[in-house]
Amino acid sequence: MIRRTLVLILIAAGSLQAQVSFDRIVRADQESQNWLTYSGTFFSQRHSQLTQITPTNVKDLEPQWIFQARTGEASNTKFEATALVVDGVLYTVQPPNDIVALDAATGRQFWIYSYTPSPLARPCCGRVNRGLAMLGDTLFMATIDAHLIAVDAKGGRPIWNIAVAKPEAGYALTLAPLVIKDKVIIGTAGGEYGIRGFLAAFEAKTGKEVWRFYTIPKPGEPANNTWDKDSWEHGGAPVWLTGSYDPDLNLTYWGIGNPGSDYNGDERGGDNLYSSSVVALDADTGKLKWYFQFTPHDEFDYDSVQIPVLADLDWQGSPRKVMLWANRNGFFYVLDRTTGKFLLGKPFVDVSWASGLDQNGRPIRVHGKVPSREGTLIYPGNQGGTNWYSPSYSPRTGLFYIPSWANYSTLYVKQDVDYVEGLRFGGGTGNGPKAGAVVAGGFNYRKEEEGFGAVRAIDPRTGDMKWQFKMSDVTDAGILTTASDLLFTGGREAYFFALDARNGNLLWKFTVGAPVVSGPMTYSINGKQYVAVAAGSSLFAFALRQ
Amino acid sequence: MGIAMRPIRIPVVIVFLLAAASSLLAQQQYTPVEAEIGRQLFTNNCVSCHGPEGDAVQGVDLGHGHFRVASSDSDLVRIMRNGIPATGMPANNLSQEQAKAIVAYLRSIAASAASNAIPAGDVSRGKAIFEGKGECLSCHRVAGVGSRLGPDLSGIGRLRRSVELQSALLEPPAEVRPNNRFIRAVTQNGTTITGRLLNQDTFTVQLLDSNERLVSFSKSDLREFSFVTNSPMPSYQDKLASQDVADLVSYLASLKAQVNP
Repeated sequence: MIRRTLVLILIAAGSLQAQVSFDRIVRADQESQNWLTYSGTFFSQRHSQLTQITPTNVKDLEPQWIFQARTGEASNTKFEATALVVDGVLYTVQPPNDIVALDAATGRQFWIYSYTPSPLARPCCGRVNRGLAMLGDTLFMATIDAHLIAVDAKGGRPIWNIAVAKPEAGYALTLAPLVIKDKVIIGTAGGEYGIRGFLAAFEAKTGKEVWRFYTIPKPGEPANNTWDKDSWEHGGAPVWLTGSYDPDLNLTYWGIGNPGSDYNGDERGGDNLYSSSVVALDADTGKLKWYFQFTPHDEFDYDSVQIPVLADLDWQGSPRKVMLWANRNGFFYVLDRTTGKFLLGKPFVDVSWASGLDQNGRPIRVHGKVPSREGTLIYPGNQGGTNWYSPSYSPRTGLFYIPSWANYSTLYVKQDVDYVEGLRFGGGTGNGPKAGAVVAGGFNYRKEEEGFGAVRAIDPRTGDMKWQFKMSDVTDAGILTTASDLLFTGGREAYFFALDARNGNLLWKFTVGAPVVSGPMTYSINGKQYVAVAAGSSLFAFALRQ
Repeated sequence: MGIAMRPIRIPVVIVFLLAAASSLLAQQQYTPVEAEIGRQLFTNNCVSCHGPEGDAVQGVDLGHGHFRVASSDSDLVRIMRNGIPATGMPANNLSQEQAKAIVAYLRSIAASAASNAIPAGDVSRGKAIFEGKGECLSCHRVAGVGSRLGPDLSGIGRLRRSVELQSALLEPPAEVRPNNRFIRAVTQNGTTITGRLLNQDTFTVQLLDSNERLVSFSKSDLREFSFVTNSPMPSYQDKLASQDVADLVSYLASLKAQVNP
């Protein structure tokens, strides 16, 4: 009898831990107990169907476990990863590049795969990693020394490890890869080092490169003439955040970062395609299907490195496949994701560099609002109206939720800079009296007139703000919504909190002791819903008090 | 570019090693805004070793263009970023532009040094004024004596230039650092509390009140919450003779207890 029970348990456990097929990822919204890809689903709405935690009972949330990452002493190491959860096992990346497998119910460790990046790695803005991708029984991690590594999800042992680019030239991989069919897709950071950005797809089984799309065309290719002279060679246009995918169209969408040098465009006359754009690529070949450039000839460091959020909306009386995009440049956009056609655009924060968008979505520039040697005050500042922090779209409320930096500006100073491999290629500074957060040693003295963080809820049909939740300090936290109309997020003030997604009312908050610089996610085990978020050097898992 | 978090504070010991001091370096032109950015970077990165005037390392006077080795601005940039092996000068996590801004600030100090000449003061007389008719201890604290309500000045001489100290005495509202602001809070029952802001967030505020109590409020429990716009520090422009001010500046500049910048 005991033996038969054991066999049944083993069978049950085996069926629970099935391989992550591509088909499962396509239908990830139908298995909300798991979190199979960086943004939850290929549509990247960061919206879960789980409803056990509700606006009524969310006040009873409490920590279930805390995992403390061993991140070493580096002060620029931040815990930015969104975890994956697959059939009760949680996989995340302890910064900079250790994969950790935990029991998602208790936080106890199964294994750690430690990877020590080359000392040649020089990521511009922190030794960070935003998470993993998974296919079959294999996890994929991109590293800050520009390697892509496949690791066995059960044994924690490496399967293959390939060098993608030269870390000494400023190439770094900080994003969670995206698995599409039998391929793993990544992009490279390094926009501050004058790299030539690219996206590349690799065979999941072998690591063999299948296609590569350079985000800056070389001479002879379309749009190379948007770069003056040889400026294309060191034009930046990095990719450091995970894209999205529409299985019906077989298109994958990626946000492209700033051109180099960041603040001085004198040597790179032209629109500088495909910097500060979104590109739609054929997922099988990497061929460009369409692009839309948010900020032509960007001199503000307005990377279009945001999550492309896909939604099927009723648009002016007809169903339409759209893409929702709150851009670092301060405008909220709706694009047709089949064609790239511009449908709507409105500022969601104060914007002074452009007076609006024309009928094609191209910004109408304000004369004189460019970086200068004396310094020019421009809204939004160089960290943007938003940045890489995940937004969320709730099909239930019909609202798009943006982690925003409101009323925020930077004094843009232009300087001369020459390209030298491996050195920063900024061409100025984005500092000044109102730059960034006034956070000193973890204490907040920020004045509201210096800008503030806010969750802003936008109606994508009009671009109008329906409500906002203001914070004293700015925020680097992503947003999760659920089908019970809850919204979870945090900020630099070391709170993790829940709002009513319908009206922005605060429902619950918890002090996590350090800024939340990651996107929350949710999963369920044996009928118990958890919400997990990284803050400081720890990963917190919450559930209802029982 | 991603998110810039708070600057990394690394002590910078700019030891320029050649013996021959030179003040005639190849200089570039800089804008005031570059110098201001450089001032902030210098305060955060360099002051702890080089001192606010840039003259704390023997044989080097950054504020007056006296270096041991550098012969051009680009040398300064390179040394700040790469350090000097086998000396106290480490490599620093500064971008080229940031290092240039620090050079801009150092040049601005040198250019303004003559016009900012401060009369010589007497440290012991300054101390007597500080503790006596200046009534500075009623708000400030030095070496464990005095009030905690205003900034502790035990190490102010390591952090501020004499011209900055003089300006703070004569024109206190000119620059009130964010962490030295006073706030006024009125509770729901009408009690008014003033004090120095220690911290705040969306939901709460922490302060040191006028009775030196550490107090924390939930903002929802407050009827009013506002910053005091005028500096609580009085101007000594008309209260002290110019020699008294010079003595006071000398005393403050002599306060060099080890504190974080």
